[in-house]
Amino acid sequence: MSKVRILVGTRKGAFVVTSDAKRAHWDVTGPYFAGWEIYHVKGSPADPNRLYASQSSGWFGQLIQRSNDGGKSWEPVGNQFIYNGVPGTHQWYDGTPHPWEFKRVWHLEPSLTDPDTVYAGVEDAALFRSTDGGHTWQELSGLRGHGSGPQWQPGAGGMCLHTIIQDPGDPQRMFIAISAAGAFRTDDGGDTWRPINRGLTSLHIPNPTAEVGHCVHHIAMHHSRPGVLFMQKHWDVMRSDNAGDDWREVSGNLPSDFGFVIDVHAHEPKTIYVVPIKSDSEHFPPDGKLKVYRSRTGGNEWEALTNGLPQDNCYVNVLRDAMAVDSLDSCGVYFGTTGGQVYASPDAGDTWAPILRDLPAVLSVEVQTLP
Amino acid sequence: MIRVVLPSHLKILARVNGEVKLEAEGLRTQRLVLDALEARYPMLRGTIRDPITQNRRPFVRFFACEQDLSHELPDAELPNSVVIGDEPFIIVGAIAGG
Repeated sequence: MSKVRILVGTRKGAFVVTSDAKRAHWDVTGPYFAGWEIYHVKGSPADPNRLYASQSSGWFGQLIQRSNDGGKSWEPVGNQFIYNGVPGTHQWYDGTPHPWEFKRVWHLEPSLTDPDTVYAGVEDAALFRSTDGGHTWQELSGLRGHGSGPQWQPGAGGMCLHTIIQDPGDPQRMFIAISAAGAFRTDDGGDTWRPINRGLTSLHIPNPTAEVGHCVHHIAMHHSRPGVLFMQKHWDVMRSDNAGDDWREVSGNLPSDFGFVIDVHAHEPKTIYVVPIKSDSEHFPPDGKLKVYRSRTGGNEWEALTNGLPQDNCYVNVLRDAMAVDSLDSCGVYFGTTGGQVYASPDAGDTWAPILRDLPAVLSVEVQTLP
Repeated sequence: MIRVVLPSHLKILARVNGEVKLEAEGLRTQRLVLDALEARYPMLRGTIRDPITQNRRPFVRFFACEQDLSHELPDAELPNSVVIGDEPFIIVGAIAGG
């Protein structure tokens, strides 16, 4: 019988939550790395028992942990993230040049085919790759070096590379996103990159349609249609049908098009999910009602999903890496909140229930569907 | 022999209980002590000192013999009572935040 394993990163440790395919009863282990910020935990598609975790602290810096047994045991691996050459400068909040400085790893993306290969998106924004199971890391410096780097600027949470998407049909193609630089694509395995932000409009930057400078919060893709991308931008939900070459807005009837997460149903490539947040100055759901919105048409037409979610006095946020789906026949959808709840829906969003209520603020949620 | 006391998070990371005892001779400076500590516990690399500059991380402090040694130069001589193991070299996570 299939199983589901949820990997939860929080402000004060990681948790591993498992269930059988009914998804009615959940076993929780953790906290792992108690007291440390766990920005992200993710398993290898090529070997589900190989997990990587980003562990960091304002006191003791960055560590990368690796598990070879599905999270039962962990070992620290390499934590040296050194920019290639002279790092140079990006823009600071006030527009002055600021030297590139490594702060933390936001996102770990294991290779689709090799358990020992994993990508790391870091702050200050850069992309690193390890091909030895996380022991050593090399920067793919063509991203920072492609020319616009000095114009990149941090978002409120820092200048982070938070999204890494591999094209399952083309191993040379990959997408990444940076707050607040925008989305970028490589078609040569990471050697060279180009911005893919045409069609984005950001009214809070000097040139609203600039080639870079957009605060992209998250991007999602369905593996069966790698040319179709869905984006939750700072404001606006966007869609591209040509691998990011052009974007169009699909916010439609959403009550707010500000938000952080976006994800795609495991079996229906046109079914997407977002969690609208009131605004960039009020990071909680409109009217204190936590609602996931689902579009079955690839955007524009959205329905509110509320069954089982708090509909009064709810003032949590759902951060950009804190939503995921499983691939069971009835697609499960999961998300975590800054209030420490993890909600699960075993029926593609029709009904929800909290499977954890009182964790530290949830930074990330990933799901593995196991045989 | 040098005795080193780690903060609790780093004890867990290094999987040690109590003090660390470094048996090597001639560990007379912060740099030599930390080099020896990291050689024995590689998982501590980067947690006490910046991995590139080797500077003390901002929220990590060093104490010994009731003195704050945090701002001593890395190659300055440690107090003799630390060098001979009478007193521990204490690494502390600074009290910071609210």
